[in-house]
Amino acid sequence: MMSNPVLEVQEICKIFPGVVANEDVSLSLNSGEILALLGENGAGKSTLMNIIYGLYQPSSGEILVRGKSSKMRSPRDAIGLGIGMVHQHFQLVPVMTVVENVMLGSEMLRHGFLDREQVSQRILDLSRDYQLEVEPSTLVEDLPVGIRQRVEILKALYRDAEILILDEPTAVLTPQEIEGLFEVMDLLRRQGKSIIFITHKLKEVLRIADRIAVLRQGKLVGEVTPSEASEPRLAAMMVGREVMLQVDKKEAEPGDSILEVKGLEARNDLDEICLSEVDLKVNAGEIVGVAGVQGNGQTELVEVLTGLRPLKNGILRIGGHDLSGATPREITDRGKICHVPEDRHSYGMVDNYSVADNLVLNSYYRSPFAKGMTIQRESIDTNAETLVKKFDVRTPSVQTPGASLSGGNQQKMVIARELSRPIQLMIAAQPTRGIDVGSIEFIHQQIVAKRDEGIAVLLISSELDEIMALSDRIVVMYRGSIIGEVLNKETTRQELGLLMAGVKSDSENIHHSAP
Amino acid sequence: MSFWSRTARVAVSLVVLMLLMAILVELTPLGENKWMRVFFGVSALNFTLRAAIPLVLGALSGILCERSGIINIGIEGMMLAGAFAGFVAKSSTNDWPLYLSLVFSVIVSLGVGGLMGLLHGMLSIRFRMDQIISGSVIIILAAGLTSYLFDRDAIADGKFTPIPIPLLSEIPVIGPVLFNNPPITYLALLLVLVVHIAIFYTRWGLRTRAVGEHPRAADTEGINVNLMRYFNTMLGGMLAGLAGAYLVLEAVGQFQEGMTAGRGFISLAAMIFGNWTPFGALGAATLFGYTQALQNEFLLAGVTTIPRQFVSMLPYVVTIIAVSGLVGRVRAPAAIGRPYDTEGGR
Repeated sequence: MMSNPVLEVQEICKIFPGVVANEDVSLSLNSGEILALLGENGAGKSTLMNIIYGLYQPSSGEILVRGKSSKMRSPRDAIGLGIGMVHQHFQLVPVMTVVENVMLGSEMLRHGFLDREQVSQRILDLSRDYQLEVEPSTLVEDLPVGIRQRVEILKALYRDAEILILDEPTAVLTPQEIEGLFEVMDLLRRQGKSIIFITHKLKEVLRIADRIAVLRQGKLVGEVTPSEASEPRLAAMMVGREVMLQVDKKEAEPGDSILEVKGLEARNDLDEICLSEVDLKVNAGEIVGVAGVQGNGQTELVEVLTGLRPLKNGILRIGGHDLSGATPREITDRGKICHVPEDRHSYGMVDNYSVADNLVLNSYYRSPFAKGMTIQRESIDTNAETLVKKFDVRTPSVQTPGASLSGGNQQKMVIARELSRPIQLMIAAQPTRGIDVGSIEFIHQQIVAKRDEGIAVLLISSELDEIMALSDRIVVMYRGSIIGEVLNKETTRQELGLLMAGVKSDSENIHHSAP
Repeated sequence: MSFWSRTARVAVSLVVLMLLMAILVELTPLGENKWMRVFFGVSALNFTLRAAIPLVLGALSGILCERSGIINIGIEGMMLAGAFAGFVAKSSTNDWPLYLSLVFSVIVSLGVGGLMGLLHGMLSIRFRMDQIISGSVIIILAAGLTSYLFDRDAIADGKFTPIPIPLLSEIPVIGPVLFNNPPITYLALLLVLVVHIAIFYTRWGLRTRAVGEHPRAADTEGINVNLMRYFNTMLGGMLAGLAGAYLVLEAVGQFQEGMTAGRGFISLAAMIFGNWTPFGALGAATLFGYTQALQNEFLLAGVTTIPRQFVSMLPYVVTIIAVSGLVGRVRAPAAIGRPYDTEGGR
């Protein structure tokens, strides 16, 4: 391909107080190509893109757009130079319509008033040209996630973006939606747009990119083409050492039924039914994965199982005890469960508490950590020292506030606490969200080890790879119900993808053979 | 998007219904019933409008601030400061031609209200103070300063008088109620329409709503979130100042300590009741104004069967019921009360 860079970043450095987020990063993007930017969470991908889009100012370095040195003081400058960005967390106003969202900041006016007709015509034209079908007058809050992403892309195209930055666009999509997105990206490329595609998923990079740049700890560690790359090689570049992509585990030996849920029904915060007719069974010594696109009731299911959300109907039985309607503490104590919550900052830890205190949040009221009304400092600290070592929590001391640990170490801290009591059921929701590969490996090993000890594990994850790597049995949630159940060794990504999209396949009946 | 939201439709229907009842009472034998006259006479409607105007302006003030994401609990204080400023301006320009002096005083009220808004903006945006606290500061500051600075011997000569609108004011019932009013009343009613159109049909309105709902989204499209918020808070302060001007220069004619008497808070209730829309606020203000009018009408009609104290409670009871009954059904702008930090500290 003729080298014809539309965008070059030269020796970009970005220093946040105490952290070097980008160090001497130089990259170039050619016209009509898809450049994948690969890296772990915290490798500095988003920082770099935010610098290009004018949201951050670089500490040093230069950005050239079409050969011209350009300073991005705000997104306005970047938009003016034809740069559009689809953010990882959609930047859409839920209570506004698609039209309003698309034109926000670049409004079309007629006699001084907003010209909704003209904008929606433009949206319809663009959606025809790029196969991004959307109804302009719907409220964004009524749109499913996949369509919201289209709106984000349309926003950039409406602003005549020639350079598109897609920040982790596949994180919220089903496998089928990801295929659809790739088709759109391909179409955009053929129409001469240049795309920077940020991700940490290796398969996707190899599938769509023309070139791959890998970032590690803020530095560019290499550039390769898909033809000369392979998954293990990319993983090694990302992490800096050889990585086990597969989790080593033997065949499960399911025992007695531990968790039993029948006809579960619950309502969400808006008092709408969010779970209905959920039947679920998890046996000792097996990992049951709950797959599904985010927001299909997984969060609420975990909340009901742990007593955080009232169940309206149905039976919840753990280890033979009927715990329907029990409080969280009754469930943890009598049901002997542990809970690794999906949002560790809101539910898993107290940010300002020390590591030691965070490690007794589930047991501070019991011996040996409490005697009568007083807290026993020494035993809390000793406990912390032991757990920190056992679970490889990297912290300067056990008195360090939990908030100052890295995501991976915070998560290991949470898991250390949860596994430190005798349990028969582990509920792990998004246990590896947003953490480094090293910690992911460790946590996966811990989960499998617990299974092998004969503990029942319910794993909820929106990462299909994680579900498929760990689970013995997989159930798929769709719109608050379990739409299908398959054995991991008998299923495929395609089948799961269809289920996640709400399509019941015929073959599902054959697999429907729960132990 | 249809021009009338559901809230606006309900609000406007309420106003139309009251006018229809008044027409029936005034022009048919229905008016022979004493209770009908108490409840729906032209006099009740006139009083309703007079009581509603400061609430409408106060609620519009709240809408402008809160739609951009700044909680404005300080309307009461901004209103009081505006009233006081208008009074000082009026009483020191008594020798000017009446209208010149009055218009000048209104402008001073607007200015001082705007400054109070700016102060609220500075405290909550620049200094990131909790916006409830900042609003309370505004209220206490206004109450203290106006009482300290108030010259009890000062007198304001003259106030705005009704200007009948030719032809329209001749219409029976509707004419005397709607088209024979002093200027700030007309202005306030006009402002309901203007703010409605501005919020839902202009670039400024779109950006204001975006900034109040999802500031990050606005920021990523190159909109200066905090500048929008400053501007709106100041504009909101000016409207509260206008409400104060109304009290001094149109309703009462003089200043009294603490003369806003909780109207700022009832305005807030009207804003919430009206689901942060101008027409909704108009309807809510009309309802609250009506309860105050009833209190007046009962007194005039010599109704003694209901203890006076109960009737006096009416506006506040209705406010409480209205607001508590609506919790969960109205929706405040999502980003309200949260200071916004630009990414990377631009």
